[in-house]
Amino acid sequence: MIRITFLMFLIGLMATPSAKAASSDYPLADAEVDLGDKAALYRGAQTFMGNCASCHSANMMRFSRIGEDLGLTEEQLAELLPTESHKPGDVIETNMPADYAKETFGIVPPDLTLTARVNGADWLYTYLVSFYEDPDTLWGVNNAVFPLVSMPHVFAAAQGVKQPVYETEGEGERTRKTLVGLEAPARPGTMTEEAFEQKMKDLAAYMVYMAEPAALKRHQYGPYVLAFLLVFILVMYLLKREYWRDIKH
Amino acid sequence: MIKGLGKWVDDRLPVSHFWNAHLAKYYVPHNFNFWYYFGSLLLVVFVLQIVTGIWLTMSYKPSAENAFASVEYIMRDVEWGWLLRYMHSTGASFFFIAVYLHIFRGMMYGSYKKPRELIWIFGVLILLVLMAEAFMGYLLPWGQMSYWGAQVIISLFSSVPVVGPDLALWIRGDYVISDATLNRFFALHVIALPLVLLFLIGGHVMALHEVGSNNPDGVDIKEHKDSSGKPVDGIPFHPYYTVKDLFGLGVFMFIFAVVLFYWPDGGGLFLEHPNFTPANPLQTPEHIAPVWYFAPHYAILRAVPDKFLGVLAMTLAILILFVLPWVDRNRTRSIRYRSTAFKVNLFAFAAAFIGLGYLGTQPPTTLGTLASQILSAVYFGFFIALFFISRRERTKPVPERLQ
Amino acid sequence: MADSPSNPARRRFLTGAATAVGAVGVGFAAVPFLSSFQPSAKAEAAGAPVDVNIGKLSPGQMTTVSWRGKPVYLVNRTERMLESLPELNDQLRDPDSEIVTQQPPFASNIYRAREENERYLVVVGICTHLGCAPTYRPEVAPEDLGEDWKGGFFCPCHGSKFDLSGRVYKGVPAPTNLEVPEYVYLSEDIIRVGGTEEDPA
Repeated sequence: MIRITFLMFLIGLMATPSAKAASSDYPLADAEVDLGDKAALYRGAQTFMGNCASCHSANMMRFSRIGEDLGLTEEQLAELLPTESHKPGDVIETNMPADYAKETFGIVPPDLTLTARVNGADWLYTYLVSFYEDPDTLWGVNNAVFPLVSMPHVFAAAQGVKQPVYETEGEGERTRKTLVGLEAPARPGTMTEEAFEQKMKDLAAYMVYMAEPAALKRHQYGPYVLAFLLVFILVMYLLKREYWRDIKH
Repeated sequence: MIKGLGKWVDDRLPVSHFWNAHLAKYYVPHNFNFWYYFGSLLLVVFVLQIVTGIWLTMSYKPSAENAFASVEYIMRDVEWGWLLRYMHSTGASFFFIAVYLHIFRGMMYGSYKKPRELIWIFGVLILLVLMAEAFMGYLLPWGQMSYWGAQVIISLFSSVPVVGPDLALWIRGDYVISDATLNRFFALHVIALPLVLLFLIGGHVMALHEVGSNNPDGVDIKEHKDSSGKPVDGIPFHPYYTVKDLFGLGVFMFIFAVVLFYWPDGGGLFLEHPNFTPANPLQTPEHIAPVWYFAPHYAILRAVPDKFLGVLAMTLAILILFVLPWVDRNRTRSIRYRSTAFKVNLFAFAAAFIGLGYLGTQPPTTLGTLASQILSAVYFGFFIALFFISRRERTKPVPERLQ
Repeated sequence: MADSPSNPARRRFLTGAATAVGAVGVGFAAVPFLSSFQPSAKAEAAGAPVDVNIGKLSPGQMTTVSWRGKPVYLVNRTERMLESLPELNDQLRDPDSEIVTQQPPFASNIYRAREENERYLVVVGICTHLGCAPTYRPEVAPEDLGEDWKGGFFCPCHGSKFDLSGRVYKGVPAPTNLEVPEYVYLSEDIIRVGGTEEDPA
C-alpha cells in the first residue's frame, strides 16, 4: 500500500503536462531532432546565419562554441561569420537597427538564442513550414501555429506559399473561419517539399542545440557518471550487507 | 604523532564526544525501512544546495538588467557552469521530493507524537523556511515565470485586511517587482534563509538525538535495555546506518544524475519553459503555474472564491501541520497497528495532496476548480477526521519489542 | 548482535573498496567546481588577440594597447636607440634574455623582438616587481635618471629601471625583464598581439 502511494506520487509527477507556449490548436509535426548529427546541425547553422541572423540576434551564442561543439574546421567556422571583421569569440548579433526593425515589422525581432527552449522543437519546426497565404495581413502571409505573426515568409521562394483550408461556421456577419489545414502552394517553390522540410528540420535542430549547447556535454558525460554511480551502489550494497551480518534478529 | 595531535585536540574540543553521542554510540532501532533514508538524504541535498549555490553566486549578477543574461552566461560560458546550475535547480526539486516523503513518513509512523512533538515543530518550521527560500530563489533567474510567479505570490499579501497593500509594497520595495526586489531576495536567498535553515536543522537533529529515533513499529526501544544501559533492539548508528545510508545515497544520486544529465528541466516541471524568456513587466505569459512543489498550495488558494479567504486557506494548509501532534489523540504510533479508518484517512490526505499538486499546475477550469474544492476539503478534512477517529480508535496491540 | 565480524578480511577489503570508490567520486565531483574558476568563454573572447597598426608610429614613439586587460607597449625604436642596446649589457641582470618565461623563443635576443623586425618592441607594460605600469622615458641622460640613462622604462612605484628592450638593470627591485607577449606580423604594418605563427587567430 505504501509503495503504491509512492509510485502514484511519482507517476503524478511525471504525468503532469507542462504549459505550452503555443496558443493555437494546430497539430505539431515531429521535428525529429538528433543532436548527434553534427552535419545536420552545421547545415542548420548555415541556414540560420544566411536567413535568420539578418534580422534576429542570438546574442548568447558564440561562433567559437559552435566550432568546438560541432567539430568544425577553421574554414567551416569562417563561413558562418557574417563578415571578415567578425572574430570567432563574437556572439551572433544582427546589424539591423532596432528602430528600423520596429518601423518595418512593428516589433523588434526577438533574440532567438533560447526560442527552442521556450516553445519546443516541434513547435519551431511546424512554425517554419506552416506559413500560408492570407491577404489580410501586412506581409500577405499568416502562420498556422503563430496567428498574425509579424514575420514575413522568409522562405517563400524556396517553399512557395501554402494555401489555407478553412472551415466556416455561421452565416453573414457572424461567420467564423477556422484554419483546418494547409494545401500545396499555387506556385511551387524552388525546392521540393521533402528537401525544404529537411532544411527546416536541420534549422530546428540547430536552434535546439543553440538553446542549450550544454546538452551535448550532458550526453557526453552522462553515461560515465551513471556507470560510476552503479559501481558506487554495488560497493556500498556489499559493504552494507557485510556489516549487517552482525545483526541477528 | 597523529594520535597525539588527535588527543591534544580532543582534550580541548569535544570531537570524540560528538562522534559518540551522534554516531558511534547513538542507538537507533534496527528495523528502519525505505522511508528512513530521506532524513540523511535531505542533509546531503542541503549541503549540495549550499555548495552549488556558493559557486553560482560567483558568476550570477543580482540586477534586473543582468540577472537573466548572467544565468545564461553560467550555462554557456563558465566552464562546467551548466552542471553547477542544473545541480542547483534540480536539487531544489529533489529537496522538496525528499521533504514531502520525509513528512509522509512521519505521519505514517506517528513520529510527531510524544516525546517527539518538538522535532515535528522544528520540521514544519524547516518546511516553511524552505518554501520561502525556494520562492525567493525562483525569482533570481529573472525569467517570465520568475517575475510573474513572484508578482502573483506577493500580491497575495496585499489581500491582508488594512495593512495589505502597504505590506506588499514593503516586500517589493517598489510599485512592481523590480531590481530592488530582486536584490533583496538575493540577499535573503543566499545568506539569511540558509542560516536560519542551518539553525533549524540543527535543532531538528538535536531534538531527535535527545529522545531517540522512532521506527516503523512505533515501539519505544528505550523501554528494554541491557545491563550496560544499551537498548536491546538498538544498534549504533555508525557503522550500521552510515553504510546503509551510503547505499541509499548511491541510489538517490543515480536517480538525481539521470535527471541531471538527461532530463534537467523535468519536462518543464523543474525548469519551466516560459522562464527561458527574460522577465517582461508589460506582458504576462499565457498561463502562470507555480513550480510543482508549490502547486498543491496554489490549488487550495484557487479553490476558494474569495481572495483573502483563499490566502488564509493556503496559509492554514501549512500551519495546521503544527498542531498535528495534538490533533491525533491516539497513543499508538505506527500505521501498522492503527485502524482501517486511520489508514483510509491518511491515504486520502496523501492522494488529495498529489491531486491538488496536479490541479495547481493546470490552467483554471470550472471542473478543475470543483475538483480543487473537493480535494481541499479532503486535505483539511484529514485533520478533523483524525481528531475524532483517534479518540476511540480500535488499534491492534503493539508488540513489546521490535519484530 | 555480534561484536566481531565473521570474516574480518572481507570486511577490511570492502571497507577499503568503499573508501577508494568514495575518494574517486569526490575527486571527480571536485573537477567541475575547480574548473569553473578558469577564465570563462566570455573572458577568453575578450582576451582574444588584438591587431595594432604600427604604420603610423614615428621613430622613437610609443603606443599602448590593452590586451587581456593588460597594457601592452609598442615602441618604434630609432637606429640610435638600437645601437645603445649592446653597450648596456654589463649593467643588466639578464642581458641575453635567458629567463625563458619572460619572452617567446623568437625574442631571446638583445632586441627582444622578431629578428626581421628588430625595430619594433612589444612588451607587457607591467613591472615585474609588483605590477605597476612603468613609464616610457626615451630621453637620454635626464636630470632625475642620471647621466648614464640611455632611454628606457622607469617604474615610478619603486624605481625599477629597464632599458629600451625592456631588460632590467642590476640593483633595482624588479627581478626579471619585462614580459614580451606572443605576437605575430599579419602584414608589414599590422601586429597581432597574442597571436602565434601557428595560430594567428
